[in-house]
Amino acid sequence: MRIHQGTFSFLPDLTDEQIERQIDYILRNGWSVSIEYTDDPHPYNTYWHMWGLPMFDLKDAAGAMFEFKKCREAFPNHYIKVNGFDPSPMWQAQRVSFIAHRPTQDDPGFRLKRTLWSDGRVQKYGLEPYVADKPAGERY
Amino acid sequence: MTETLNPTDLRALLQQTGVPEVLERLDRELVGLAPVKTRIHEIAAYLVVDKLRRELGLLATRPVLHMAFTGNPGTGKTTVALRMATILHRLGYIRRDHLVVASRDDLVGQYIGHTAPKTKEVLKRAMGGVLFIDEAYSLYRSENERDYGQETIEILLQVMENQREDLVVILAGYEDKMEQFFTLNPGMRSRIAHHIRFPDYTEEELVAIGKLMIAEQNYYLDEAAERAFVEYVRCRKRLPNFANARSVRNAIDRFKLRQAKRLFERAGQVTPDDLRRIAEEDIRASEVFRECEELMEGGQDAP
Repeated sequence: MRIHQGTFSFLPDLTDEQIERQIDYILRNGWSVSIEYTDDPHPYNTYWHMWGLPMFDLKDAAGAMFEFKKCREAFPNHYIKVNGFDPSPMWQAQRVSFIAHRPTQDDPGFRLKRTLWSDGRVQKYGLEPYVADKPAGERY
Repeated sequence: MTETLNPTDLRALLQQTGVPEVLERLDRELVGLAPVKTRIHEIAAYLVVDKLRRELGLLATRPVLHMAFTGNPGTGKTTVALRMATILHRLGYIRRDHLVVASRDDLVGQYIGHTAPKTKEVLKRAMGGVLFIDEAYSLYRSENERDYGQETIEILLQVMENQREDLVVILAGYEDKMEQFFTLNPGMRSRIAHHIRFPDYTEEELVAIGKLMIAEQNYYLDEAAERAFVEYVRCRKRLPNFANARSVRNAIDRFKLRQAKRLFERAGQVTPDDLRRIAEEDIRASEVFRECEELMEGGQDAP
């Protein structure tokens, strides 16, 4: 099962060249790039680990691409995303975020988790990734 | 079908890139430095030919563009590096016309594990452009084994080799120290294609530079002041800590201070001409003349 989070997630995986051009777009807008990775694919998991610091003062996409490749080397079986943070007044927020790398193996998917609520007459549903059964770092 | 080229094509291509404009500006605005200018003309010509060969599909690997600028202080290394960035950008060898200046402080860390991120940070910022490392010899301190400069050099070498497309490195420094630096780091020397020596300026060139600087700042020297200035340069050149064009620039700043003081002391009406004119006394008041005389006397007394 493919997780759809952030921009471009319904498109086929981006090639390196396309990623570089997206980073170039981020930089051209004056936003700063940061790279994050995780092995917990739950759609509500918004707290990913940071790969280094956000890259301020970057002029060219090659620098961010260098870090992205380093991150992919270190975590080939993690999700890696590229973010663009807009520091301008009134925004000061993330403007772009897309998954640039996915685990190479097939994702086993999600299980439906049913919970009985209140006096047992209400059923609540949730999603739980199968990989989350394993401890962090050993998933995939 | 073979493509034929008439001789004008090369010139047209060069014109198209806008490089001649930069070269001409280099010739016009920088006094002296004849060997440097020739070398840069050569490099520019070579890069145009290389570009043309590539467009015609003749085998051409990307030329190594890393450079070393050696020369005494104040000989215009930084200024030329800035122009170099423009030339390389116009010819399409770097993607952005920007130059990041770094020195030991920006590259080498204070403790273990501090150096690599610091160096990488600077390299990342410079990517797509030119990285200018001022006083590059200070990266390597052979007397201290636990110095982290070596780590910086290793990272630098790796990036210089693997990411030639993304980054051009220019190392700059005083000649003898750079020579020593290269003997201690043989890998560095072979990775640098262009070693450019910056010669010292002659007296006439220094005077010309000074006049150019004064004109740029909308001042002028009257006739007597001009004679004094020539004398000043001759004296300053003999004194220790002479830093070529930089000394001239500092001297001009002091002339301006003295001129302002003179105008205040005189009080009364000031004409626009007064504000622009630097008089003889502004220059003659300098310590340099006295020190120079002392030096001369000392020289005569000595056996």
